[in-house]
Amino acid sequence: MKKFKEISFKSITYISSLFTIFFLFGIILSIFYEGIPIFQYVSVKNFLTGSAWHPTHSTPDYGILALISGSFMVTLGALIIAIPFGLGSAIYISEIAGFRTKEILKPIIELLASIPSVIYGLFGLAFLSPMLIKIFKIPTGLNVFSASIILGVMVIPIISSMSEDALSTVPKNLREASLALGANKWETIVRVVVPAARSGIMGSVILGFGRAVGETMVVLMVAGGAAQIPSGIFQPVRPMPATIAAEMGETVIGSPHFHALYGIAIILFVITFVSILITEFIVRRRKM
Amino acid sequence: MNRRKIFEFTGVNLLRFFILITGIFLLVFLYVIFSRGGKVVSWEFLTQAPRKYMTEGGIYPAIVGTFWLTVISMLLALPLGIFTAIFLTSYAKPAWLVRIVRVAINTLAGVPSIIYGLFGLTVFVRIFHFDVSILSGSLTLGVLALPVIINASEEALRSVPRDFREASLALGATERQTILRILLPTALPNILTGTIISIGRVAGETAPILFTAATFYTRMLPSSVMDEVMALPYHIYALLTEGSHAEKQVPIAYGTAVVLMAMVLIISALAIVIRYNIRKKRKW
Repeated sequence: MKKFKEISFKSITYISSLFTIFFLFGIILSIFYEGIPIFQYVSVKNFLTGSAWHPTHSTPDYGILALISGSFMVTLGALIIAIPFGLGSAIYISEIAGFRTKEILKPIIELLASIPSVIYGLFGLAFLSPMLIKIFKIPTGLNVFSASIILGVMVIPIISSMSEDALSTVPKNLREASLALGANKWETIVRVVVPAARSGIMGSVILGFGRAVGETMVVLMVAGGAAQIPSGIFQPVRPMPATIAAEMGETVIGSPHFHALYGIAIILFVITFVSILITEFIVRRRKM
Repeated sequence: MNRRKIFEFTGVNLLRFFILITGIFLLVFLYVIFSRGGKVVSWEFLTQAPRKYMTEGGIYPAIVGTFWLTVISMLLALPLGIFTAIFLTSYAKPAWLVRIVRVAINTLAGVPSIIYGLFGLTVFVRIFHFDVSILSGSLTLGVLALPVIINASEEALRSVPRDFREASLALGATERQTILRILLPTALPNILTGTIISIGRVAGETAPILFTAATFYTRMLPSSVMDEVMALPYHIYALLTEGSHAEKQVPIAYGTAVVLMAMVLIISALAIVIRYNIRKKRKW
């Protein structure tokens, strides 16, 4: 009886952990199962490189280059903002701030991470966008620039907290040795501490990239929604997640358009999966 | 020497500038949301159903909807997550299985939320025929919360000192008794902290429930888990993008955001308080 309890308890933990694998396979299978059929209507090459996205026209076009470039532009913009701010905050918290300042700053960064994305979207749509129209005298405030700002703020805590972890694992005697050799605080940070933590910092940037590419609500609400290849930062775009979210509700289940949206999800999944693998690889190597 | 001083001064202040701007952004953000939305929130706003196609009335059905979505998703994610964490910390054999489970967890943690939505649409809404319902939405959100809960629980279980486990085993307790009576109770407060944070996350997610649970307008409260529901995050989105009375809908959206934000803040504050108390009480 005792043995039976032991074994059944153990089995429950094994079965539970198998669920994580089931769910991952469920996700992969469901997007591939529904996404692959689109390639009966359009070749893989034309799907990826076609610049016209007109899924509802009488002669529909299923080229997602404009959507990919939209995602790429807002993600790049978000990283340009989030890397200096996130890394700067991490370095400040880990190397310069005293204990009390640290206790205040860390919750601020955590708070940024806990704000629901739809509220970021609201802020971008109803506050930031009208403000940008006034400042820059542009026709629309919903564009690459505004989406990048909001996405960038969302990525700051990711880069900041992971970089800070990496910085805090740098052994103390490295810093002390540098200071003892006559280097000042700044030189120690730039030439000793940051290089020693570089793999963790790289990992945080790639993780931030993955988050920014996949973030849906902000780009849905703030990026403007025009499926075009942007020619400037004040152009509206329609990144991949926004396309799926905006169009899935209006499409007929089982139609080519429906499959095309799952096709976009495949591309999105592959991009984020590769970025996860790269992060794993970099961080694991550091630990060994 | 002087040049080096200047570099140091500029560098350190540049870092200060970055964190200051981040802080100012947060303040402006909170000020905008709370000052514009605070005016809208009242007792009626919290307890009444919307009227006249969303241009008047309150958000009570959305609060109820978010409550059920969150509770049911936790019923799925919490046991699965804690048992998986026990597997990873106490059994963890064979090594290849552990490696696969870890890859699965890390990947699940990084999958974009909109893809969870598509997964829910395919599996729960269509294959299982749960249709667009609280059940479909909760299951989708539960899968999304799973990696967060596993990671928090694993960290909590690992923070229990080895001696506790060894002492229990040495006294003749079995593996199961050690886990259930020593490890879990000791780790529980930390597990709770992690869980509470993931509750905040789940309550605020929009993309996964777009096609699995949410509906823009219903005056009814859900009568079973098979009903569509309104939910706070989706309500904000819908108010901003649907309907034709922006001047009336935007203030309601701000008000809804205040309610959602307040929920998330209270939940996070709770987690911080619990964590603080554990650290104070802990004697090892």
